[in-house]
Amino acid sequence: MNTHLIGTDVNRIDGPAKVSGAAKYAGEFFAPDMLYAYVVSASVTHGEIKSINIDKAMKVPGAVKVFTHKNRPHLPWFDRTYLDEDAPIDGSPLRPLYDARVHHNGQPIALAVAETFEAARYMATLVSIEYKALTHQTDMAIAIHEAEKVKKTNRAGIEAPPKLRGNSAEAYAAAAIKLDKEYHSPTEFHNPMELFTTTVVYNSDETLTIYDKTQSVSNSQLYVTNIFGYSKDEVRVESPFVGGAFGSALRPQHQLFLATLAAKVLKRSVRLTLTRDQMFTLCHRPETLQEIRLGADTDGTLQAIHTETFQVTSRYENYFEVIANWSGLSYRCDNVTMEESTVAMDTVTPGDMRAPGAAQGVWAIETAMDELAVATGRDPIELRLQNYADKDQNHDKKYSSKELKECYRQGAELFDWTRRKSKPRSNRRGSTLIGHGMAGGVWESPQMPAAAKASLSPDGTLTVASGTSDIGTGTYTAMAILAGETLGLPLDRIIVKLGDTELPVAPLEGGSWTISSVGTAVTEACKAVSKKVLKLAAGLDNSPLKGASLKEVEFSEERILLRSDRSRFVSLQAALAAGDGKPIVEKAKSGPSLLKQHGYKSFTHSAVFAEVEVDEDFGTVSVCRIVSAIAGGRIINHEAARSQIIGGIVWGIGMALQEEAVTDHQLGRIMNHNFAEYHTPVNADVHDIEVIFVPEVDDIVNPIGAKGLGEIGLVGVAAAIGNAIYNATGVRVRKLPITLDKLI
Amino acid sequence: MNNFQYVRAADLSGAAQFASSRDGVSFIAGGTNLVDLMKYSVVHPTALVDLNRLSLHEITDRPEGGVRIGALVTNSNLAYHPVISARYPMLSRAILAGASPQLRNKATTGGNLLQRTRCVYFYDPAVPCNKREPGTGCPAKEGANRILAILGTSVQCIATHPSDMCVAMAALSAIVQVTGPSGDRSVPLADFHRLPGEHPEIDTVLSKGEIITAVDLPATGFAGNSAYVKVRDRQSYAFALISVAAGLEIVDGFITHAGVALGGVAHKPWRSAELEQRLLVGKPANRNTWHDFQTALLDGAQGFGENDFKLKLAPVTLVRALEQAAHEGETI
Repeated sequence: MNTHLIGTDVNRIDGPAKVSGAAKYAGEFFAPDMLYAYVVSASVTHGEIKSINIDKAMKVPGAVKVFTHKNRPHLPWFDRTYLDEDAPIDGSPLRPLYDARVHHNGQPIALAVAETFEAARYMATLVSIEYKALTHQTDMAIAIHEAEKVKKTNRAGIEAPPKLRGNSAEAYAAAAIKLDKEYHSPTEFHNPMELFTTTVVYNSDETLTIYDKTQSVSNSQLYVTNIFGYSKDEVRVESPFVGGAFGSALRPQHQLFLATLAAKVLKRSVRLTLTRDQMFTLCHRPETLQEIRLGADTDGTLQAIHTETFQVTSRYENYFEVIANWSGLSYRCDNVTMEESTVAMDTVTPGDMRAPGAAQGVWAIETAMDELAVATGRDPIELRLQNYADKDQNHDKKYSSKELKECYRQGAELFDWTRRKSKPRSNRRGSTLIGHGMAGGVWESPQMPAAAKASLSPDGTLTVASGTSDIGTGTYTAMAILAGETLGLPLDRIIVKLGDTELPVAPLEGGSWTISSVGTAVTEACKAVSKKVLKLAAGLDNSPLKGASLKEVEFSEERILLRSDRSRFVSLQAALAAGDGKPIVEKAKSGPSLLKQHGYKSFTHSAVFAEVEVDEDFGTVSVCRIVSAIAGGRIINHEAARSQIIGGIVWGIGMALQEEAVTDHQLGRIMNHNFAEYHTPVNADVHDIEVIFVPEVDDIVNPIGAKGLGEIGLVGVAAAIGNAIYNATGVRVRKLPITLDKLI
Repeated sequence: MNNFQYVRAADLSGAAQFASSRDGVSFIAGGTNLVDLMKYSVVHPTALVDLNRLSLHEITDRPEGGVRIGALVTNSNLAYHPVISARYPMLSRAILAGASPQLRNKATTGGNLLQRTRCVYFYDPAVPCNKREPGTGCPAKEGANRILAILGTSVQCIATHPSDMCVAMAALSAIVQVTGPSGDRSVPLADFHRLPGEHPEIDTVLSKGEIITAVDLPATGFAGNSAYVKVRDRQSYAFALISVAAGLEIVDGFITHAGVALGGVAHKPWRSAELEQRLLVGKPANRNTWHDFQTALLDGAQGFGENDFKLKLAPVTLVRALEQAAHEGETI
């Protein structure tokens, strides 16, 4: 591979379409005679619908139908039919409108359908419901003592905590320095800008074309075909653009189910868009409680780590994410116990949200490490280097690469870490306390099986396609860069297609594995095309490439050059002219190489540095500066990569200081269900952010050496900010978010 | 949304007449709060009377030395008006501390006075709220009350008035000019909003059909020594947890005139002219004075759980604002 595109700043190829409005999202596709639907959400938390009256709603001009559990069409009774690729294995997925039961506040219990959106919305307010309310529990502080706690089992792709190593209880008892603390993180909601929307187009042959907000068109297709009895030929799902998702669109959300149900019954096209308030009735980052005990020598050398983690799940599905494991992964320690349990409450099932598990788990252990640095009088970076792990401690496997030490070094240098005063409250300007803190971050870099297609037209235009999703991360552009790099084409000769079940199947767009998985498949498909092109080029009369192998040539600037003598080449045009006039089409399936990756684990790493100013009287915190040094393998698009990390950092500021879904436990209802009251950072909260990518060569992680960057930018940020706040104020807050009341 | 009638007001008396002769009529100007509340199904006006074409867009000098602000002057135009920023800087700062530029461009002076509370229960028709539906109850008292009141609450309601602008206007002793079916009247801003008492559904002293035409500011604007301090959960686009508008006139280190109001603590901007007279006027402009004053002003304050921190935050915010006002222009 040459490097004229990879690692440079490439503007998004889909940028002009997005800013001009040409890019169409799920709620922007129209069909003739389309109907509009609006969800009626339950206002009790646990109970049964005693009666539901739709008479008034049906009198609204333009009313078409109100679907309820009473009048719904036949639906499969077998709950496993409702599973999707990302569903927890334990439990029973919610079946909207299936029966009278209410499992959580905000559950969809009816669907108003009308000729206009306004009529449907008005109808929804006129549906009158009587409930038989049953007792509920939404307070984790109580549920943790009362509810059935379930030890973690396997969820597809998610591993249980590793077996304990050594004897953490004995080592802790014997340790000179002991730390025993509880860390609490709240419920957070993804809240992508784009609301959840599905437009179901009912075609004249009774097949469906579904435009869905999803991170996996194939998952949406699987869900719809299983439940509604369609064959895959009858349901095409498209999702060309997604306005943010952050994990919330991994599983089909209920608007897909309801819109499809309405379209099938009414034999009309239907659009259903949830409201911002209803976005707070979907999956979310689960509330957690983490008990961490660290035992160490007086110089900070870790002797014992014991983590016991509790996370909230719903009563109908045992969702969990990896939280405890992160505490045992990154620091050398012989005596480690990690336990993980779920606590079932009357809530909607949580779901993966940007760096699921690591966001909370790494926050806790990186805060605890800062507390250990204080207890031992060590510099936080020195303490981390002292306990630095050259191997994945949980699996006892080598890292395919880990340039974390370089992250510490370069990050500290740019941040000017030496300015930090180790004693809290020793840096002030008037009533403003200034603090500096740091933390490490880590996230997985897996590769999943993926397929892609490349098609090179005789005119030299390349189309690359894969059924993946671009949730704003820059997948279109990354696919184009890798294709352009492989075939020596400029970006304006490349068309990228994704988000369509007609295309080769890609994994769910999540877990930071898209670049690794889809990127590799695209590269392989383009390589296969390049082989054919070389054959054509070598077959020309007097070709300088005669007998050359793929390794001996280079594709660059629409030419095929001999590596040994770059003055000898064949133009792409000439090579293609020798073909049969049809496009050269190649498909590739790629997946992790067991041979290469055996014995290794792959992760991205970061070192995050934060400077904060805290008003001593008010407890208000300003994050003046963040420096994040990332070890993320080979960077494909520097501009998009930097944007990803900045976005993650802004999330980290929100996680540290603002984000929290506030539940009224008497009602069992989240009360701050809008952007005025559920706070995320605004521009005024975001100040200097600097991102460094340290060089990291990795030819084990996958053939292209790249690691996904969707999650790592967030991990560690909240801990770095919390540690800086401690440094400023001397107050250690172990309950997120760090709102001003916790500092005064 | 319910169907509603829309009429455009041609003149004030016609608008007042229309609104007083029917039930459920709302006036609309910027609509930045009202339209939200209609979409959320919190309010269901039968008719909207659009006031935007009335001639209430001017800021004019008053013969006695004050300023008259037309009810339709937008928050942005008011905050950036040279007379306001020069003579009433506390008011400019308060307005610019609120909402977002887009909202301020649309929101009007009269509308800002009539903002409804930001209590999350009020905004959610699926739950009880005495202000939205009298008699249904107040879950906020034992629930999500982080942003709610600590002063002047009632068994029925612990809502706060969310405006920043009104807090400064209260400190400035502004007068609200009102017209209606029974003629014109003037209401001091401090008396314009009511405490919730037994009728939390009623926010102000306006009667049916009455329209705000202007807000008058007196000649004294505290241009030399004033401050607006707002403490909130993020640095923009958040309602005040505690805000303080403070204006002082100081001669030889002694206070000769004062206006101090608190926001984020009650159903109305919280001010006591009586305490100002007793504990500020004639006293030295120093921390002891601020301490005595804030202790008295916050007497009887009561938290409801989540908002207990306001009991700590209010005194320090008052002291900070008074200190800033006293030392305005000095380099510290």
